[in-house]
Amino acid sequence: MSANDIVKRADFIFKNENDWEEVLTKNLARTPNELINELISSELKGRGGAGFPTGLKWKLTSELKSDEKYVICNADEGEPGTFKDREILSRVPFKVLTAIALCGYVIGAKQGFIYLRGEYFFLQQELKKAISEFEFFCKEIKFDFKINIFMGSGAYICGEETALFESMEGKRGEPRNKPPYPTAYGYLGQPTVINNVETLAHTFTIFKYGAKRFYDLGVQFSRGTKLFSISGDTPKPGIYELELGMSLSDFVDDFGDDDTKAVQVGGASGFLVPRKKFSATSIGFEGKLVGISLPTGGSMMLFNSSRSMFNVLDNYLNFFAEESCGQCTPCRVGCQQLLKGIKAVKRGEKPASYLDKLLGLAETMQYTAKCGLGQSVANSFTSIVENFREEMIY
Amino acid sequence: MGKKVKITINGQPVEIDKGTSILDAAKQIGVIIPTLCYHKDLCVAGNCRVCVVEIAGQKRLAPACATPCEEGMDVLTNTHKVRNSRKHIIELLLSEHNADCTSCYKNGNCELQLLASEYKIMNQDFIHLVPFHNYTIDDYSPSIIKDDSKCIRCQRCVRTCAELQSVNALTMAHKGEYAQVTTFFEKSMNDVICTNCGQCVNHCPTGALVEKNYIEEVWAAISDKSKYVVIQTAPAVRVGLGEELGFGPGARVTGKMVAALKRLGFDAVMDTDFTADLTIMEEGSELLSRLKKALKENDRTVKFPMATSCSPGWIKFIEHLYPEFLDHLSTCKSPQQMFGALVKTYYAKARKLDPERIVSVSVMPCTAKKFEAARPEMHSSGYRDVDYVLTTRELAIMIKQAGIDFTRLEEAHFDRLMGESTGAAVIFGSTGGVMEAALRTAYELVTGREVPFDNLNITPVRGAEGIREARIKIEKPKKEWAFLDGVELKCAVAHGLVNAKYIMDKVKAGKADYHFIEFMACPGGCLGGGGQPIPTNPEIRQRRAVAIYAEDEGMPLRKSHENPEIIKIYNDFLGHPLSEVSHHLLHTKYTSRRV
Repeated sequence: MSANDIVKRADFIFKNENDWEEVLTKNLARTPNELINELISSELKGRGGAGFPTGLKWKLTSELKSDEKYVICNADEGEPGTFKDREILSRVPFKVLTAIALCGYVIGAKQGFIYLRGEYFFLQQELKKAISEFEFFCKEIKFDFKINIFMGSGAYICGEETALFESMEGKRGEPRNKPPYPTAYGYLGQPTVINNVETLAHTFTIFKYGAKRFYDLGVQFSRGTKLFSISGDTPKPGIYELELGMSLSDFVDDFGDDDTKAVQVGGASGFLVPRKKFSATSIGFEGKLVGISLPTGGSMMLFNSSRSMFNVLDNYLNFFAEESCGQCTPCRVGCQQLLKGIKAVKRGEKPASYLDKLLGLAETMQYTAKCGLGQSVANSFTSIVENFREEMIY
Repeated sequence: MGKKVKITINGQPVEIDKGTSILDAAKQIGVIIPTLCYHKDLCVAGNCRVCVVEIAGQKRLAPACATPCEEGMDVLTNTHKVRNSRKHIIELLLSEHNADCTSCYKNGNCELQLLASEYKIMNQDFIHLVPFHNYTIDDYSPSIIKDDSKCIRCQRCVRTCAELQSVNALTMAHKGEYAQVTTFFEKSMNDVICTNCGQCVNHCPTGALVEKNYIEEVWAAISDKSKYVVIQTAPAVRVGLGEELGFGPGARVTGKMVAALKRLGFDAVMDTDFTADLTIMEEGSELLSRLKKALKENDRTVKFPMATSCSPGWIKFIEHLYPEFLDHLSTCKSPQQMFGALVKTYYAKARKLDPERIVSVSVMPCTAKKFEAARPEMHSSGYRDVDYVLTTRELAIMIKQAGIDFTRLEEAHFDRLMGESTGAAVIFGSTGGVMEAALRTAYELVTGREVPFDNLNITPVRGAEGIREARIKIEKPKKEWAFLDGVELKCAVAHGLVNAKYIMDKVKAGKADYHFIEFMACPGGCLGGGGQPIPTNPEIRQRRAVAIYAEDEGMPLRKSHENPEIIKIYNDFLGHPLSEVSHHLLHTKYTSRRV
């Protein structure tokens, strides 16, 4: 930790530990219930952004009777501004593989998959090598488990868990109606645990050091550490493992360039926080933090005063209009209307009051879109338009 | 199932089977929830989001079509949040839709238009998105016009083509703002594996998919005094047409339809049912001749099962996907094309008309018939056998345009020579009908006795199940059919191409030991055809089927071979079934369309 560090660093995920065989063997000797309870008491929540309690997810899937079950590692890291999962897979792949296998053991699955983002093709060969070494060890200890890589094809929407299943089944990557949820009806209609790469890596930490070590970090409702992908106007961009619960003003003091105008927390589908709200914002899941607490899949984008918030929003909306699967009305048409709408206001073709109509539309999208993509467009849209309205108009 | 759950909808308690959708639960207590992408015939998509409702305790709204009822749910279907959201969604759909309603073929029968009217979308201030796309209208197919500017991406057509027809001609391509329903490599509907069945047209809520209409061409022919315009009407039209003209589903309007056609100015109004009876004579004889060749003469080149050939959607399907089995098809033309070939030969001769002057029009429950009439081989009269094919819907439009008060029309009769028919012909309009009609005649030809079913109703081949089977044992046949004694005739019926595919895969695997199979491209057979009134659903088709069988029971003659005009045409013109003249005019060949 250098003298300039304000936010406390942690080092679990990337710590180079060559004991995965031991962690695997030791934990396979425990009962599935013990492992589930370990996870539940750690209070680990999904690190992909949605924050579903991981222990509960495994528990629900383990309780269902089915001949086939699957574990899927979601490595379709596509949120703009997020770049941590690829580092995990290239630097500590065995932690993830061990976690996948332990999950398989807990829920009763014989097969795991890594759904690898299309653009991460360069990781495939190394990952395959790691998998064959891993499977060789499993064979040696007579643990019957296989892991396959499934390459994505570049669609953002396939990171949405049910669209991901559709994609793996050879269909168009379109989200399904929920319920049923993946725990009961996932890949090929079978009970499936799908976890983000980082979530699985944390379970390795928990299974190795015990739940308490993890639980003691972070704050209430937001336990443990989290990887942050820090980018934008910052002198030290990169990936950092930080404790959850920090205040955004501490974060900006640490990572900002002394001219930070706003921070986008959680990528394009997250929230933009303006300078005046830094001290009233904490990073973590909903709970009793200072002011509002914002969850994040780990993306933190810093913007300084040279940035036009109109351009930022325009960029996000272009992204969503293109990456919407096009299936449901609010998302497919809504994204186009928001994008074309802010342009029309900027050009004076629509009155400034049209922004209010768009804010209403964004709210409808949040209530009615089929999946997280369409539902979360309102996050960035509303937070940018409400906080930087003048920049949208003039 | 069996387990019940208790929920409340708008405060009203409902007890309902677990797993029932909120939409269906609401329907049961008279609460209507608007839908667009939902269709009774199809799997639930939950795409359009028009049916969203509020569930107490949840921030987000839930799609009523795709959300199963859970114990204790408190559902609200008419809150400010719900209305506001629905309004937004309808506005969004209108913004990506070419809402030039007054110049749309579906004006007045468009589900989006209806919703816009219900929700009073008065100030459409979202940006109109159609100009941002490079839409072109695909009108190369003789049957179907596809206009993407009117598409609202509900994917009903996509699901129809996949789930009901297993053809997959239409599919989603691209994503986001460019997501659209399209064909293989975005080719014209005319150039891809499309059977022209028109089920997509029948299931489209807007004007994105419509039939190619020939209304103006037919009006022009009627007004041309030098032309003699003949119209034939298919069996299923008479139980569907009423739905467009003031009657409920299942109304039998045969007599009124004939009266209306006469008022429209057709010179002769005759019946495709006549050639349906003729088809039975020819096809029944073909079946018996195949059986004779196979069983008596040990001819191993004869193909079984023999398949019916009346449904042009089915024909194009097998030509595309199972061309190696074309020899299994009956060589009989469809009743429409038999009629067309005869009207410019037999009828022209009898009425002393120059066939050149005759314009032959048909009204069909079908869009594939338009393609069939345009097939190059359908010129056996020396002219194009059928000049224009109208759907039931187009005929209804003409009747309205002519200012005819359909409900008050006196009933009229078909004109002579090719207007007489039997109950066996009427049931061609329903799935299983061709099989039943063929069995009534073939059994009697072979044994001299009526089929051993109560009141001639061969109930095993009737019904709505996708695939049905029947077996009839032939006992004590006439002397010339002695080789059939004790033979059990194995028959199957399939409707909807998804079921046709199932049977054909069995045939391909050598696991179908049937002698005779009836295939109909559309669900329910012709009565559920792609040219029938919209909407369609299982209940409407069921009512049309009831009407068809009532029509059959009400006919004085119910066996094709007893039709006096059939007896006459064989005496005066054709000679006998499968004669040389028959072969020339009434039989055809098929083309492999494997790509």
